[in-house]
Amino acid sequence: MEEKLREFFESNFKDALVREDNFRGQQSFYIKREHLVDVCQALQTDTDLEFKFLSDITSLDWLGDLYEKEGRFEVIYNLFSLKHKYRFFVKVRLPEDDPVIDSLTSLWMTANWLEREVNDLMGIEFTGHPDPRKILTPDDLEGHPLRKDFPLTYEVPQFSFNKDEPPEVIL
Amino acid sequence: MSTGTKRRTMNLNMGPQHPATHGVLRVELELDGEIVVKATPHIGYLHTGIEKTAESKLYYKVIPTTDRMDYLSPMSNNLGYCLAVEKLLGIEVPEKVQYVRVLLTELTRVMSHLVWIGTHAMDIGALTMVLYAFRERETIVDLYEAVSGQRMMSTYFRIGGLAYELPKDFDQKVNVILKRIPEGMKDYERLLNDNKIFRKRTIGVGVISPEDAINCGFTGPCLRGSGVNYDVRKANPYSGYEKFDFDVPLGKNCDTYDRFLVRVEEMRQSLRIAKQALDGLPEGPYRAHVPGVVLPPKEDVLSKMESLIFHFKLITEGFKPPKGAVYQAIEAPKGELGFFISSDGSNKPHRMRVRPPSFVNLSALPKLVEGRLIADVVACIGSIDIVLGEVDR
Amino acid sequence: MGIEEKIPDSIILTTLEKMVNWGRKRSVWPFNFGLACCAIEMMATYMSHYDLARFGMEVSRPSPRQCDLMIVSGRVSRKMAPVIKRLYEQMANPKWVISMGACASCGGVFNNYAIVQGVDKILPVDIYVPGCPPRPEQLIEGIMKLHEKIGKEPLRRGSDSKGKTNS
Repeated sequence: MEEKLREFFESNFKDALVREDNFRGQQSFYIKREHLVDVCQALQTDTDLEFKFLSDITSLDWLGDLYEKEGRFEVIYNLFSLKHKYRFFVKVRLPEDDPVIDSLTSLWMTANWLEREVNDLMGIEFTGHPDPRKILTPDDLEGHPLRKDFPLTYEVPQFSFNKDEPPEVIL
Repeated sequence: MSTGTKRRTMNLNMGPQHPATHGVLRVELELDGEIVVKATPHIGYLHTGIEKTAESKLYYKVIPTTDRMDYLSPMSNNLGYCLAVEKLLGIEVPEKVQYVRVLLTELTRVMSHLVWIGTHAMDIGALTMVLYAFRERETIVDLYEAVSGQRMMSTYFRIGGLAYELPKDFDQKVNVILKRIPEGMKDYERLLNDNKIFRKRTIGVGVISPEDAINCGFTGPCLRGSGVNYDVRKANPYSGYEKFDFDVPLGKNCDTYDRFLVRVEEMRQSLRIAKQALDGLPEGPYRAHVPGVVLPPKEDVLSKMESLIFHFKLITEGFKPPKGAVYQAIEAPKGELGFFISSDGSNKPHRMRVRPPSFVNLSALPKLVEGRLIADVVACIGSIDIVLGEVDR
Repeated sequence: MGIEEKIPDSIILTTLEKMVNWGRKRSVWPFNFGLACCAIEMMATYMSHYDLARFGMEVSRPSPRQCDLMIVSGRVSRKMAPVIKRLYEQMANPKWVISMGACASCGGVFNNYAIVQGVDKILPVDIYVPGCPPRPEQLIEGIMKLHEKIGKEPLRRGSDSKGKTNS
């Protein structure tokens, strides 16, 4: 199945592919962000491959890592084919100062809420999304919680030595 | 011919606190008389930040927080996380561990469907169903307590095996479950299957076609109720499921009544798998032997020096998996539960993402409900089977 | 040798305070409000195995205007806190609050940006029931302690020292 995908990328989208990776039997292809909608539409409508099921959209934050110069954010699309029962990942890296990418809501209805969650928790913007509002965090929380520079914000428990002081919140 | 009056729609808030929303879900309804014109679910009232919490804890300390996501089927969440980390490390577990995991996960599925059938029927109006369903649930909760000491949040599975050895009365307790639940299910079918009111409120309600279901990202009994044959246990088997013999029920009419029948039949198939697992349970160790990653058994820790050192180092510092990312999907009672774990070589996860089936199923609620009566909203929310702990994480 | 010997057997002498408290504690109506995992254990306490109806709490209403007791069962997130405060203010006096579980009492397992560290930061709590989730027997013990507390409440108009009115 990996061979078919490699052929598909070589023949149709040779300039979109950056590199590929295989870890513990799971294949992933890194592509450039301009070609995302075309690649996904071709995968969805291809009569042999039939990747009609979008399982998940995730995002990673590589702040402070060796590979950060390729782009701080990474958006991962998890595609599954019901015909071949095969799953693989399409990954896109985005730079820190311009985390904008096209939305896939025109192809799959699943992408609506999944992209809203990525926007709320990581701060990546999706152009063409019909309803970009906050979905999980309260309206008065500013910032994006899952970024590495957003602290966990925990409260120090009160023991007997600090029981007379007000509870201390570590930011 | 204009009469001078204008029809306007009314905004009704089915607020965060409502007896029929199964938790803190807010649905904003725009009504024209009794017909729903537009429905918008608002979530986030139970957002706990579990994914952010997991980035600050060692790998084995994350297991108790995974219990609290889908709190009706806690052992399924544990299984998904442990399988994902075992895949990341590349370790194999002994056969006994696989059989015990399958047995307990299938009983967890029965437990989750029992709570579903009780609350769904209670929302539609059959109030006695809750009492019967919770009576049967007490037998499974009793087994949880015997195995791990806790009634609900058991945290029994560990990375590389199980937490403790099985108790001595394990066989007895499982046999009690396998005897009492089919008898209870006869009661449920007698009460609900041919009940005129139940049928009138569920047949033809919440219809979604197979193509729309795949496009909306439905998984689990909601997808199989529309006739699409996708079960992760059969498509990409995990933890030894290929050795067991079971059927996958499919629906025909894509409505609420079919989803109900699919789940009831799934309970029967789960009991069938549990019986096969109990009969074929092999002997063996309850943890894999991988020094440096899996905790050694307590007898070795108290007698051998290197086991003591491994134990100390694992508890204080944890293990360091190789750099990379894996995705492991399991068939939870609600749908396809996926764990995406990315590691950067340190002893804490770089990112733990949970693919929540209830979140994706709930996003299609407007499609199921628009154009129908307001009473159908309650029936549809019940038939999608959501758990807000998993939707909001 | 007192007044009790001169009256027939079917008359009981007591104080008005004890009568009112007896009436209040034997028929507390709880609020049908569950947030997370502890709500499932609360439902299990209502059901037939650990029947809560034998304590007089058979009727659990979904509307806050008709309830006496709010059992906050589950973790309180920052988005939900104003909603809980509003529901508490909609309840009529006399009212009591039980904080069930570790997350409602002190933040529990989750010590982070999204969870209010204890519901007593926004509401006055009478009884704390620890556990994650607490067993049904623990919740019943908490409710029985609440009954004892209601039995000792003084009957007078105006607020007591904590600012909580009971009239």
